[in-house]
Amino acid sequence: MSQASHQQEFSNNSNVDSENALLKVSGVGFDYDNASILDDVSLSVGRGEFVALVGPSGCGKSTLLNLISGVLEVREGSINTNGLVGRAERLGNVSYMQQKDLLLPWRTVAENSRLGLELNGVNTAESNERVEKLAELFDIADVLDHMPWQLSGGMRQRVALLRAVLPDNPVLLLDEPFGALDAITRRSLQQWLLNVLATADKAVVLVTHDVDEAILLADRILVMAPNPGRIVADIEVNVEAITNSTDISTSPEVIQIRTGILDLLSRQEVVR
Amino acid sequence: MNTSGSIKKALIEWIPAVAVTLALIVAWEVLVDVMDVQHWLLPPPSVIAAEIGDSFGFLMKHARVTAAETLLGFSISIVLAGGLSSGIIWSRTVERTVYPLIITSQTIPIITLAPLLIIWVGTDITSKVIVIVLFTFFPIVISLVAGLRSVDQEMVDMFRTLGASPFQIFRKLMIPSALPNFFAGLKVAAVVSVIGAVIGEWFGSSAGLGWMMKIAGGQFQTARVFAAIVVLSILAMALFAAVVATEKWMLKKYPPTANRVIRLGDS
Repeated sequence: MSQASHQQEFSNNSNVDSENALLKVSGVGFDYDNASILDDVSLSVGRGEFVALVGPSGCGKSTLLNLISGVLEVREGSINTNGLVGRAERLGNVSYMQQKDLLLPWRTVAENSRLGLELNGVNTAESNERVEKLAELFDIADVLDHMPWQLSGGMRQRVALLRAVLPDNPVLLLDEPFGALDAITRRSLQQWLLNVLATADKAVVLVTHDVDEAILLADRILVMAPNPGRIVADIEVNVEAITNSTDISTSPEVIQIRTGILDLLSRQEVVR
Repeated sequence: MNTSGSIKKALIEWIPAVAVTLALIVAWEVLVDVMDVQHWLLPPPSVIAAEIGDSFGFLMKHARVTAAETLLGFSISIVLAGGLSSGIIWSRTVERTVYPLIITSQTIPIITLAPLLIIWVGTDITSKVIVIVLFTFFPIVISLVAGLRSVDQEMVDMFRTLGASPFQIFRKLMIPSALPNFFAGLKVAAVVSVIGAVIGEWFGSSAGLGWMMKIAGGQFQTARVFAAIVVLSILAMALFAAVVATEKWMLKKYPPTANRVIRLGDS
């Protein structure tokens, strides 16, 4: 991959066939309190593709996820997730894991995990069955009857992720899922997430501050800039090269990408 | 070994509370004696205790009447407050319509309203229950609305992204989140409910601790007035304790999102 392609101005998605995209964001803007939070943001994510959004605080990353999930109303531009265009349609049909685990303290791990199924009228027996089927993969099989306060931070995040993915929506949004965890737990969960999503065939959007996390997990990295929030670069990550290299942090491909992104981010700091 | 140790510890922890109460009672007894206060002005604790013993049956008979009124009024208040708070949370129109009325109801001096209530609805239990409800529904509504509003916006958004309906959010998230506030209001209401009962009885009744106090006061049977006050306090404390026990049970089942108890004095 050439240096030029790393820094290419974002115009449209060259690599995803827009027709087949599960998630399509076109010209989305968002104002709050007379300040422009997002300006003319476009992106599309195809089936089985993992896209990371990287950018400084306040560049509107979380706002963008709130717009995609339907928490916020799209007033400028349009968002289409697997054919769903309206906000009310998307609510409940886009999986969204927020920054905090938001587990209900009065529910067990199993009850927290099946919340989305329960809210959509799936009966308890069936939803428990679906929880148990995935519990092993999520490494929470032994704690299904525990209360959230009995769990470690990493376990709580896995429960929150299970709750988000159980309804089995084609689009999955992850907002700093490992932001509050210590470095070692974060590392092992990142590796685990790769395995979990490897066969999931979803369109995944990950918001993160952590450039290395983005490089490790994503097929494509979108770099955002603040004031107003916009996408300034679309960087392809060569997944094969990275997952095959023994030490990720020192592989030349990674260093090259990381340097490119950090360069972009630091330039924004100066402009601000 | 361990159990007896913790019992001992619990007893030690209660020593200050018991000691202060006893000291107050002893000081009262001694001061009435030393300052030679007439017993019809202020009876000492010993005389009040004797009065309770002498007229125990009589006190219990009237306490039962007051307790029944209190429980009925308190229960109606909970149902009424639950309905009003849900309405206020549900719709801004209901809030705008109902909130001013609720606050106006609290600005009415109930002392002046109580005699009118007797004329309007008679001297039976209805008038007392109305006074109790007027006294108790307000703290429950205020605390319940605050509790329902205290729900974490991120939690609400999480429910929405899982496809929850407003009613599901209300039932599965807002009600459990509101419990700590709800019980705070319920505790205030439990204590003032007996005052409501006494005021209701004061203005027109033929039974109850309030009626008893009024009659005894008029005959300068001050010890009997105090005996009724003691029983009334016990009634209020029992209701309070019942609320606390229910709270403990419910909050164990529905622990609050943030459940750290802060006591600055404890290290």
